[in-house]
Amino acid sequence: MNPVNYLYLAALLFTIGAAGVVIRRNAIVLFMCVELMLNACNLAFVTFSRLHGNLDGQIIAFFTMVVAAAEVVVGLAIIVTIFRSRHSASVDDASLMKL
Amino acid sequence: MENLIGLLVAVPLLGAALLLCGGRRLDGKGHYIGTVLAAASFAIGAVLFADMLGRGEHDRALHSKVFSWIPVGGFRADVAFQLDQLSMTFVLLITGVGTLIHIYSIGYMEHDERRRRFFGYLNLFLAAMLLLVLADNYLLLYVGWEGVGLASYLLIGFWQHKPSAATAAKKAFIVNRVGDVGLSIAIMLMFTTFGTFAFAPVLSNAGDAGEGKVTAIGLMLLLAACGKSAQVPLQSWLGDAMEGPTPVSALIHAATMVTAGVYLITRSGAIFNAAPDAQAAVVAVGAVTLLFGAIVGCAKDDIKKALAGSTMSQIGYMILAAGLGPIGYVFAIMHLVTHGFFKAGLFLGAGSVMHAMNDEVDMRKYGGLRKYMPVTFVTFGLGYLAIIGFPGLSGFWSKDKIIEAAFAKGGTEGWILGGAALLGAAITAYYMTRVMLLTFFGEKRWVPDEEGHEPHPHESPSSMTIPMIVLAVGSVFAGGLFSLNDAFLKWLEPVTGHSHGDSPLSAAAVTGGTMVVLLIGVALAWAQYGRRPVPRTAPRGSLLTRAARRDLLQDDFNHVALVKPGQYLTRGLVYVDHKLVDGVVNGTAASVGGLSGRLRKLQNGYARTYAVSMFGGTAVLIAATLLMRAV
Repeated sequence: MNPVNYLYLAALLFTIGAAGVVIRRNAIVLFMCVELMLNACNLAFVTFSRLHGNLDGQIIAFFTMVVAAAEVVVGLAIIVTIFRSRHSASVDDASLMKL
Repeated sequence: MENLIGLLVAVPLLGAALLLCGGRRLDGKGHYIGTVLAAASFAIGAVLFADMLGRGEHDRALHSKVFSWIPVGGFRADVAFQLDQLSMTFVLLITGVGTLIHIYSIGYMEHDERRRRFFGYLNLFLAAMLLLVLADNYLLLYVGWEGVGLASYLLIGFWQHKPSAATAAKKAFIVNRVGDVGLSIAIMLMFTTFGTFAFAPVLSNAGDAGEGKVTAIGLMLLLAACGKSAQVPLQSWLGDAMEGPTPVSALIHAATMVTAGVYLITRSGAIFNAAPDAQAAVVAVGAVTLLFGAIVGCAKDDIKKALAGSTMSQIGYMILAAGLGPIGYVFAIMHLVTHGFFKAGLFLGAGSVMHAMNDEVDMRKYGGLRKYMPVTFVTFGLGYLAIIGFPGLSGFWSKDKIIEAAFAKGGTEGWILGGAALLGAAITAYYMTRVMLLTFFGEKRWVPDEEGHEPHPHESPSSMTIPMIVLAVGSVFAGGLFSLNDAFLKWLEPVTGHSHGDSPLSAAAVTGGTMVVLLIGVALAWAQYGRRPVPRTAPRGSLLTRAARRDLLQDDFNHVALVKPGQYLTRGLVYVDHKLVDGVVNGTAASVGGLSGRLRKLQNGYARTYAVSMFGGTAVLIAATLLMRAV
């Protein structure tokens, strides 16, 4: 199969994730959308690696996974804390930083 | 001997420092400290005088350099003193009259709780005035010049709780500033012209500097003299300065400080000799002021203001004489010294009368005081005879010489100046007779003061009468002593030079003329104030009288010519400042504020909005990168 198709898939996944981040209000769903965007990037990296015949993209994909795992730990902790104090996981409710 | 000169200034300066910084613990003895130090300064002056007399006519001047003040490259200013015959005359006058007035003030200021401070200011004045006359360069003279201005300000406003006194002090200071600017410009011109401002090189080179420059320097010096000596057009402060305590009026505003202008012009004689135009201006100022002051003196009912008008007029005589050049310098200084005696005596007498009359100053409420205050009457009377030029007394010798010198100027100018001086002598006789008659003769016109106390005139304590007696003795004999064998002329001639001029009238004719106008003046005053009772409230009077009561409209003139335009100017500037300058500043601030208010709305706190802007930004960046690559 033509590897370029994987790139189309990656773009599609990224767009879905980005749309979810912009549209959805639930923090957990937002988080999942962010993960979707990260993994779309990973897919793109791996595909490029394959296309160019070197391993750089694959190594970066591993880095991305490690960073994403760390981000999930911190992000979920924040979401849980917000949920405890506000009894809601809606990001729109946490808009009090504006003037 | 040279070292004593510095001490002359240092002693009263020490007194001022002690009294002004010493605090309340000196309250009880401050006046003694001040008086003793003033007397010590006089004693040093007397020692130096005796020493000077012991030396030959041409090596009498002493010079003493204390330290280099500002040595910067080619610019040199030294604190150095020069004591020649001219300075010596002033030193003796300042410390002598100063000491007497210190003694007088012990009695006069007895009930004032700030007496220590008063004596501190008096000592400060003595130090500054001595610095002024002892300086050997114009810059140091300027320090003394400002110093006496400061002391004058502090003393005029000594009773600062009275708004009138505070205002008068400010007025004196501000008017004096105008003159001071003249002096500072003159000093700058001297520096650019001669490269120095020490007396000796400036004065010896004045003839070669080009007439234009010397005339400019001369006119600026004249402006300075006008400010300090209350000459037209900067005369308006002197009348108000009478708000100060009377000893201050006697010392500063009659005998010494106001004569500093005469000193300045006489000291700078070489400059004026080289600039005939500046000299003509000096003469004109003197002649105008001697009539101006005399006319004002005729109309004032306030005894001190009448005497202030008289001071202005007498200094007009001195300035006139100084403007005549070598014909007049010696007589200007001679009149200055005799005037120092009799005018200080008259002011102290006026103070004694006020002391006795519950501080009433209106002469129309005096009358008949000769029986109650015999010592004051006699001393004031002798001062009166001296100032009008009664034959044999001080004023006769000195004023007569000035009138003679004015005629000796020659030509039409000489006749005009001599005529003005003669007319001034007649008016002097008139207004002084008026003061004398209103105060000491006629019936009692006393009225109770605001609290209902009837005045009980009494002779003043001996601390006040003794200085008056000493000054009266000076008023009687000083002029004759000076004229004996032309002693004063021979004394000062090595410093100021002298020429006889070419008088169209003989000396006897001038003396005769002076006697005639004197009698006319006295007779007129007698007809008006001696022969018939004096009303307690002043009659309306003629147009001239009313104008003279308002100081010949000097304040109105200043108000219209200077104050009003100044106010319009400041108002205009304030308008421009508010509308234009503030408008730009405030407009900028308001538009930035408005813009940021709009921009703020972008920050709505919703995470998705930020996310969209991030996506948008990234998309733009990528598009831009691709575009660049395509190009």
